[in-house]
Amino acid sequence: MARTLLAIYPQSTRRYDEMLKAGGEVRPHWQQFFDHLDAASPEEMRERIEFVDRRIQENGVTYNVYADPNGADRPWALDPLPLIIPPDEWAAVSAAVAQRARLFDAMLADLYGEQRLLAEGLLPPALIYGQHGYLWPCRGVKPPGGVWLHHFAVDLARSPDGRWWVIADRTQAPSGAGYALENRLVISRVFPEMFRDLHVQHLADFFRDQLDGLAALAPVEGDEAPHIVLLTPGPYNETYFEHAYLARYLGFPLVEGQDLTVRGDTVYLKTLRGLKRVHVILRRQDDDYCDPLELRGDSALGIPGLLNVARAGRVVIANALGSGLLGSGAIMGFLPAICERLLGEPLAMPSVATWWCGEKPALDYVREHFDDLVIKPAYPTQRLDPVFGAELEGAEREELLARIAARPHAYVAQEMINLAQAPTWSRAHERRLIARPVGLRAYAVVNADGGYSVMPGGLARVATGASTRIISMQRGGASKDTWVLTDGPVSEFTLLKPSIGVRDLVRGGANLTSRVVENLFWLGRYAERFDDSARMLRVALSRLVEAGGQKTPAVASAIELAERLDIVPVPEEDELDLKGDGEHALLEAIYDPAQPGSLAGSIRSLMWSATHVRERLSLDHWHSLNRLQREQAAAQKKHPSMTEAIAFLDRVLGIASSLNGFAMDNMTRDDGWRFLIVGRRLERLAFLARAISHFLRMDSARGPGCLEWLLELADSIITYRSRYSRLPELLPVVDLLVFDDSNPHGVMFQAGVLGNYLERMARDLGAERGEHLQAATAALRAFPLERFENLPFVECRRGSACDDLASRLDDLVAAAGELSDWLGMRYFTHVGDISRQTMAL
Amino acid sequence: MQPVRYHVLHETRYDYGSPVSLSQQQLHLSPRVLPWQLVEEQRIDIAPAPTWRRDGADAFGNPVSWIAFHAPHETLRIRSLMNVAVLPHRPADLAASPAWEAVRERLAYDASAPDADDLDATRFLFESPHVRIKHELADYAADCFPPGRPVLLGAQALMARIFREFKFDPEATTVSTPVLEVLEKKRGVCQDFAHLMIACLRSLGLAARYVSGYLLTRPPPGKPRLIGADASHAWVAVYAPGTADGWVDFDPTNNLLPDTEHITVAIGRDFSDISPLRGTILGGGGAEPEVAVTVVPVDEEELPEGLLADPLEEA
Repeated sequence: MARTLLAIYPQSTRRYDEMLKAGGEVRPHWQQFFDHLDAASPEEMRERIEFVDRRIQENGVTYNVYADPNGADRPWALDPLPLIIPPDEWAAVSAAVAQRARLFDAMLADLYGEQRLLAEGLLPPALIYGQHGYLWPCRGVKPPGGVWLHHFAVDLARSPDGRWWVIADRTQAPSGAGYALENRLVISRVFPEMFRDLHVQHLADFFRDQLDGLAALAPVEGDEAPHIVLLTPGPYNETYFEHAYLARYLGFPLVEGQDLTVRGDTVYLKTLRGLKRVHVILRRQDDDYCDPLELRGDSALGIPGLLNVARAGRVVIANALGSGLLGSGAIMGFLPAICERLLGEPLAMPSVATWWCGEKPALDYVREHFDDLVIKPAYPTQRLDPVFGAELEGAEREELLARIAARPHAYVAQEMINLAQAPTWSRAHERRLIARPVGLRAYAVVNADGGYSVMPGGLARVATGASTRIISMQRGGASKDTWVLTDGPVSEFTLLKPSIGVRDLVRGGANLTSRVVENLFWLGRYAERFDDSARMLRVALSRLVEAGGQKTPAVASAIELAERLDIVPVPEEDELDLKGDGEHALLEAIYDPAQPGSLAGSIRSLMWSATHVRERLSLDHWHSLNRLQREQAAAQKKHPSMTEAIAFLDRVLGIASSLNGFAMDNMTRDDGWRFLIVGRRLERLAFLARAISHFLRMDSARGPGCLEWLLELADSIITYRSRYSRLPELLPVVDLLVFDDSNPHGVMFQAGVLGNYLERMARDLGAERGEHLQAATAALRAFPLERFENLPFVECRRGSACDDLASRLDDLVAAAGELSDWLGMRYFTHVGDISRQTMAL
Repeated sequence: MQPVRYHVLHETRYDYGSPVSLSQQQLHLSPRVLPWQLVEEQRIDIAPAPTWRRDGADAFGNPVSWIAFHAPHETLRIRSLMNVAVLPHRPADLAASPAWEAVRERLAYDASAPDADDLDATRFLFESPHVRIKHELADYAADCFPPGRPVLLGAQALMARIFREFKFDPEATTVSTPVLEVLEKKRGVCQDFAHLMIACLRSLGLAARYVSGYLLTRPPPGKPRLIGADASHAWVAVYAPGTADGWVDFDPTNNLLPDTEHITVAIGRDFSDISPLRGTILGGGGAEPEVAVTVVPVDEEELPEGLLADPLEEA
């Protein structure tokens, strides 16, 4: 038997220990778990840790860290040992959290309504009118059911005597409940017997209460089913993983602001199959960003007009707009009296002692006891990290004191609590428990009875070091599952379906939002655009290298075409002689992302649209995109030679073809996929038609070697050689690149495929279109090819067959552009276009 | 006291250049009723006709309209017409107001139930999107508020100082120029001067609100009044408990106390609460509006020819 884990576990006299009593004895509710742990071999524990890490990785649990210069998603850090809380203790915590939620809901209703609290002097106006979080346009709004606060979180800490205190309130859009759920799914599998034997309360009932609570408030008409969506600010938010995770778990569509549109006093979700009314918006986006018409006008994330829907009582916004107001620590000191006034009962759980500097006696106290206090911003919208008075010296200290003196109402000071410590498994040792400061975030949601249900558990967070004062996931802390024990039976309800029946089967295409479809469409277009530009640049560069830097006719014509296609910038008049060989311009067109039309710019656009549909791309697909970006970033740093540039283009074209392969082989063939392919074909059609049309009209293209590179540009040189085994001539080249509908790189082929998809879309989505494209294609097809017979390219001048064919190709390009616009109007309603603010005096 | 009657036309025109497919607008164009201002007639004509419209009041009691367009359109014209009568209301004796420190004390929180008017005034006591509270601003105003000076005399001195030291210059600032930059540049337009004066007063702990509206202008002698030659205007109201209305208007752009030549449209913490026309559009090209205001004192002058013709019809 190995030495007991207790032998080296650090006991503390300054902190409450979750596992040990003051005398060093294991607390009764910890005993069974501790024994289990103590009996486990190092191998077993290693396997458990590995299991946790693997699950986190496989499930893609991440936390985006703004401060990370690589912008990387960081894997979620999870300690295998749970925070264990006994039944009686939890009963008190749970009642206090529910009371606090009721209190805050009543306060919001008052502050955006009658304002008795201000009239009776129970709250200073500065804490309401003085903060940006008070959203004036929300004054007088009456949310459905009178509920303002639908979900609420409190950060709790335990003082050395074992009492729980509230250290912060989250009323805006509290995060972490989804991570708590994910933690539970992992840890309950790490210690399955313990989880069962200890009677740990399950979390599913809490989420069902949330779902039922929102559904009960939904302002539905007739027998409409409540349509609830989860609104996220998007993939760049630090808790985006959780938004996606909760949306999937609760069965709500995950939407961004652009997915929603207000018409009159109703808000709708834009889907491929039309507008669908939304009754409830579970919002993970800050309230002041929600409506650029009346709130922050610079918000690109908002839904213009949403506030008017709220005014009409036709949508539940959870939490109601304006709720962020009460996240202010400054109100804590006023809560006991307010609780008595609004609820007629004493406040059940104290807040950590808080002094709002806007009151003169409080300010004096803060000055005198500066070393014992934490200084925080009074308003949640201020950007200021908590500062520990004792850690500030000299000029820094003077400066902060001066800032407080200048705007006392903007600061609060809080007593420092020595956080409780909890045992944590050390990853650095074979078998060791270490003690880490711990805090708990608890959650409450409004339920179908109008009361509040508290999650039995919550997100426990542990600090990185033994003496760290702040616990924050942003600063690299870790989390723990929280086990709340019960004396009664454990509810076995689950929202995770044990197995999927025929009724649960989901086939592709259900409920695709317009934004997802539009991003797929543009992903297709950008992927093709990038491919086309790379090909064009490779043609021009290879000619230049072959000619030893001489500007032969082939070089000159290839560069001219690249210029006409806006891939290479047209040089200014006075630059012409300086950089006559075009090398510099070509290299810039490859590597400089700031250059309009550059390859680097296309890669950026491609990555952008891919990021927004990331959940629909396979992992391999995503990895290839990442490789592409890395290649580009690496190449940008040095000054590549022309040969290196050609090698680079070869590599990225290889990646491009694998991207295309993933799209063809790995993606579900639903409406979204069809839009991706339509985007791709449309782009290729337009590119080929434009390129050939310009080529036919360019004088410089009449020189030797030009028809060859045109074949190479259209990836058709091998086909040509195998068919004709002679030098390219105008008629067969035109036939192969334009008219031969078996050539996948030919114009007719694109038009044919596009036609088929449009027909399918017209059938499924019920809208006929594309007649201009059809007409232009028919006109092209009717072109008498005999006109090119016995016509050498050099003799094919203005007003000739070349010109006529070019015009018909131009018509096709115009029809393709019109089709693209129309698809946008019909299916995306300009979702790619962001609302702009206008202002007139 | 005889009221002075006005006819006002405030016309806004957007030529978007390309179609706007979806548009929503918030209008603060209807004048509010005040103890010294009667609204006899008022109407807003809009072309094209909006798909949806709601009229109501905002959190500060101003009339507001929200309109939405769901069909593509390339132009938008909004004509706000009103007949209002303004009564003289300038206080006779500024020295009769309380000392400025007394006002500041009344507005400070002391845990007792506040006086209703004082509580109402605290809405205009703190920072707002265009108004900062800074010691630089308090310092700038300090000379105008020596100890014990009646609050309205202090405000008058501050107004005079701004008028004296600042130059009217429409090129110097934009809608979003911060008030501290205005203080540094010593240039701006009526909005900037109003925001600056408000910021100074609030930095001293006094309540001040932003007033938007119109100002009567006089055409050059012998010349007829031109349609659209005026503009919307902005000034300041200072909280002075004990005066007839509780609030007294100051116009720092013109260094005068508004009386019967200022027509009030709306009152807010600053411009952002009551911008005349604020909206969001999808689509459209350039979106610089053309705005034309005409203020006619109807008891003195005939309405200029063509003023009442309805150009919305021909549009």
